[in-house]
Amino acid sequence: MLKLPEAERLCEQLAAELRPRVGPKSAMVGLYTGGAWLAERLHPMLGLKTPLGLMDIAFYRDDYAARGLKHDPKRTKIPFDVNGSELLLVDDVLYSGRTIRAAMNELFDYGRPASISLVVLVDRGGRQLPICAQHIGARVEVPPGMRLTLKKQDSGKLTLALESERAT
Amino acid sequence: MQRNPQLNEKGELQHLLSIEGLPREILLQILDTAESFAGVTEREVKKVPLLRGKSVFNLFFEPSTRTRTTFEIAAKRLSADVINLNITVSSATKGESLLDTVANLSAMQADIFVVRHESSGAPFLIARHVKPHEHVINAGDGRHSHPTQGLLDLFTIRHYKKDFSGLTVAIVGDVLHSRVARSLIHGLTTLGAPEVRVIGPQTLLPAGVEALGVRVFHDMREGLADCDVVVMLRLQNERMRGALLPSAQEYFKHYGLTADKLALAKRDAIVMHPGPMNRGVEIDSAVADGAHSVILPQVTFGIAVRMAVMSIVAGN
Repeated sequence: MLKLPEAERLCEQLAAELRPRVGPKSAMVGLYTGGAWLAERLHPMLGLKTPLGLMDIAFYRDDYAARGLKHDPKRTKIPFDVNGSELLLVDDVLYSGRTIRAAMNELFDYGRPASISLVVLVDRGGRQLPICAQHIGARVEVPPGMRLTLKKQDSGKLTLALESERAT
Repeated sequence: MQRNPQLNEKGELQHLLSIEGLPREILLQILDTAESFAGVTEREVKKVPLLRGKSVFNLFFEPSTRTRTTFEIAAKRLSADVINLNITVSSATKGESLLDTVANLSAMQADIFVVRHESSGAPFLIARHVKPHEHVINAGDGRHSHPTQGLLDLFTIRHYKKDFSGLTVAIVGDVLHSRVARSLIHGLTTLGAPEVRVIGPQTLLPAGVEALGVRVFHDMREGLADCDVVVMLRLQNERMRGALLPSAQEYFKHYGLTADKLALAKRDAIVMHPGPMNRGVEIDSAVADGAHSVILPQVTFGIAVRMAVMSIVAGN
């Protein structure tokens, strides 16, 4: 059985890694749902001056033609000026890279950031697009047919879980 | 059992023809999706790439400015190509030419037909004849239904009142000829509004309207008491000629919404109107432009709601 790293520890580790790099122009956007939880945790730990942005990339997905709008999208909220900001884009698990492609397209409809750095809790490999993360909590080999997801318990504690793709 | 013509074999929304018969989950899916699109309409680039490469045909067999325009804006904000057709047909050739028109447009690779027609049921007829990948949205058919207006009314009510569970909603005026009223009543009862009232003279209320689950009032002051939401309906001038009403002045006296009548509703009541308004007939200017009025926000929300409907049907 694959041993998964502790999400809470990875979160602390990412905060420590990011802290020296945060400047006055830094801003953060978390991707629903897991990335938003992680960003809600990291944002206060880094003491960012701008309010946290949260994004649902449903309207920018590349599989709309095949899948349609299957879940009720959450409302994207970017409560700061994207123009000229140094953005930390936060997601829970980096896999194919398609979510990040969609997220970048959506971000540019809000403005032109000075830079975007990708922050992920886990990189599970399997990229289908030329995308890489600048800040990675851990690299995990996930068997094919399995999905790695971030869960939030009632207590607020974040944990990683492995489940069969068919079950979801 | 006959399948609901609006849903596909998986129970997903394939066409939007009427609010009647739509399950609560689909109504909520539309309202929630519209909530996300409302965010898109507030930002600088008001466009998402969802319907890129799709063609939306606005088929208006009956004149309309607001509805056609908001459908057009909605489709453009979804990056679709929009083709507007204003078609006036003679009633004698309607049946055949309607399907012929649609067949021709279908040959031009249409994806969505937005249909406004003076005959009740026309969008249903088209929906029965389109190809599986084509979708029909009813933009108002006769006296029957106007589902996107009903949905934007529901969206507006939820926006200001948060949820439907404790609400008293009054619909005032010409319910008999209103497709808006029917759509809204079905939506409100499906989403659990505990009290829906209709207020109007006997001649403008459909016989047996109580069967829709509403309370009927002929006295406007009685009907407005403690309402959270007041929906005014347009009084169509042609009704005067039909001997249904004595005069516009007389109508305004009894059923026009004025500040003193509105004072009988709750202090934080909202006033809605599907437009176009007849100031001084069904609504006083002071109320239409007053603090309780959400008539213009309704128009803005209408764009987000139509974006939601188009993007949901086109994906199913």
